[in-house]
Amino acid sequence: MFKIAHRKALKPTVISIDVEAPLVAKKAKPGQFIILRVDDEGERIPLTVAGCNKEEGTVRVIFHVAGATTKKLKYVPEGGYIADFVGPLGNPTEMEGMKRVCVVGGGIGCAIAMPIATAFHEAGCEVTTIIGFRNKDLVILEDEFRAASDNLIIMSDDGSYGREGNVTVPLKEMLAAGERFDTVIVFGPLIMMKFTTLTCKEFGQPCTVSMCPIMIDGTGMCGGCRLTLHKDGKDVTAFACVDGPDFNGYEVDFDAAILRSQTYAPFERHAYEEACNLFKAADEAEAAALAAAKA
Amino acid sequence: MALDPKKHEMPSQAPEVRAHNFNEVALGYTAEIAVAEAQRCLECRNRPCVSACPVNISIPEFIHEIKNGEFEKAYQVIYGSSSLPAVCGRVCPQETQCESKCTMGVKFEPVGIGRLERFVADWHNEHTCENPIKPAPKGHKVAVVGSGPSGLTCAGDLAKKGYDVTVFEALHAAGGVLVYGIPEFRLPKAIVAKEVETLKQWGVEVRTDVVIGKTLTIDEVFEMGYEAVFIGSGAGLPNFMHIPGESLKTVYSANEFLTRSNLMKAYKDDPTTPIMKGGNVAVVGGGNVAMDAARTALRLGADNVYIIYRRSMEELPARAEEVEHAVEEGIQFKLLMNPVEILGYNNPDDRRDPKNGNVTAIRCIKMELGEPDAKGRRRPVAIPGSEFDIPVDTVVIAIGTSPNPLIKSTTKGLEVNDHGGIIVNEDGLTSREGVYAGGDAVTGAATVISAMGAGKTAAAAIDEYLSKK
Repeated sequence: MFKIAHRKALKPTVISIDVEAPLVAKKAKPGQFIILRVDDEGERIPLTVAGCNKEEGTVRVIFHVAGATTKKLKYVPEGGYIADFVGPLGNPTEMEGMKRVCVVGGGIGCAIAMPIATAFHEAGCEVTTIIGFRNKDLVILEDEFRAASDNLIIMSDDGSYGREGNVTVPLKEMLAAGERFDTVIVFGPLIMMKFTTLTCKEFGQPCTVSMCPIMIDGTGMCGGCRLTLHKDGKDVTAFACVDGPDFNGYEVDFDAAILRSQTYAPFERHAYEEACNLFKAADEAEAAALAAAKA
Repeated sequence: MALDPKKHEMPSQAPEVRAHNFNEVALGYTAEIAVAEAQRCLECRNRPCVSACPVNISIPEFIHEIKNGEFEKAYQVIYGSSSLPAVCGRVCPQETQCESKCTMGVKFEPVGIGRLERFVADWHNEHTCENPIKPAPKGHKVAVVGSGPSGLTCAGDLAKKGYDVTVFEALHAAGGVLVYGIPEFRLPKAIVAKEVETLKQWGVEVRTDVVIGKTLTIDEVFEMGYEAVFIGSGAGLPNFMHIPGESLKTVYSANEFLTRSNLMKAYKDDPTTPIMKGGNVAVVGGGNVAMDAARTALRLGADNVYIIYRRSMEELPARAEEVEHAVEEGIQFKLLMNPVEILGYNNPDDRRDPKNGNVTAIRCIKMELGEPDAKGRRRPVAIPGSEFDIPVDTVVIAIGTSPNPLIKSTTKGLEVNDHGGIIVNEDGLTSREGVYAGGDAVTGAATVISAMGAGKTAAAAIDEYLSKK
């Protein structure tokens, strides 16, 4: 059992938790992930490490309430316990030799982008950050990004905060103006990573993407997280858990990855609805409290 | 008394019934049948069965106790050599080991040694609950990496000698391949849990959620005060065929398919971890894992399940009993054919069609057997132009595994062979002092009992090594 030492709702559907896992806290580096199970019957889900406190022995993960498991996890209170928390898994983000980077985050991907931007900043890199959200209400971690970035650009799809448009707009402007980075590193939905990669490719700008496919064990055993990479004119199979999670964006077959990510969509929808029913009262109480706070 | 020329049959679920449930296929001997079967043992002097057992169980002695109705004594005889009798009695390929050398087998059917072992272990688990009398502590700590058959055996043997043993397991449950790989209907998970529980009573500590090579390195394990390490981390990464269509949505490795069903319990009616159920399923490969995957697919409600294998029935590497069970249950064998492509659904008018990316068929080419290869198996050769499609909804690829790189890549001085298997000497010692290894991490995919044999050998070597310290 692993204790949730601290819990903070960044938004009603974006939660940050610090989990007591001293061995993981000692080891985890930016870009790595953990796998957790909420309870003994639960599924295993991968979440990226958002930070560690070695003294406290805690590991921070930030999750978006998007399915049955994250719904259950949302309602584990501070001081409560989850069944399993294992890691750190995957390879840390490659930072050696980097002097000038552009970190791009989309939506909940920003929870992963933030610790990477911070790590680059602390390593003395010049960090340009572009983060994008659907609207103003969904903006997260703005202060943290500001502290970690030499140049921060915030985008929103509807223009309700920052500039209007998606993250590729300012990226394209910069690249077209002749700006170049040692790498552009992208965190977010597959479709956003695909188009960010295409934008980079247009200008010959190297691009790294952080993949988070469906996985079970996270140690290479199941092969569920496999991706198709186009390498030297050949299709190669790679496992996100042991070969990644960061990959050269130019090589990733995003269309295949997008299809695979939807394998269990109907099942997941059903499970999420069931979880919503289960936590209906709690959700309603939260909504009422938010409404009261606004009023 | 005249000797019965035939083994006593083991009661089992009828094929048409068991094809629709996950309960164990074989139901085991009753005490009466067990005693009658034991009577068939001649207790011959040269005991060929014992030397054919990878862990050298004193087979005639335990059978002798069964004859007298002393089932607990029989158990103690077995437990002296094997830490997992209820598991071995079920999944060992006795027909190529102990039973293949049985003197009775020269003229008649051999004694049902596996069935008797299973009976004794189940009888013990049902009737006894006393705590073992622990030996005096040796004052040495040993770490075991992985809680599969080799790790549990090594841990059990060392704990029985008085070592302080910790088993590190990457997953959330102990048992390794016994819980994620072998299906419930062949090896009930309650039996594995019980065997692990028994080891804990001997003082073995099992730490789940620790990935050696990630959470801790081998060097850090030594820094924590462990004086020897046994690596039994298993086979590792699943192989794929590298043919077009392998990244389609409903293509699984056997490891993933079985892990979802077994470890994550996706076979239940309302699971938290999903799996494709029903439709037509193709399983590629001819080993025990392929049989397990095929029979699992059937129980998950598939209409048709095909085993696609590039050689003929004679060359199937799976155990005869597993193939027989599969045939009885209605698994269809598509032999002498090899997949060349997996075809998928694609609706060009609707990119959001949820069926996009689902498998629709597997394209195979017919094969014929040519000249024998280095191992003496006749090499399958494709017949040009013979491609044809089998309509299926799910494909499971069961063509073996490659060693996991996690430990190798984080342990300095640990030598591996060309295939990535850890190199060991006859005692299981690796190129690092105090580090031993065994099971699939060394040999590549093999059997439960050979892994147990390796765990046993290493435990004896570790005992000798630490006794000198």
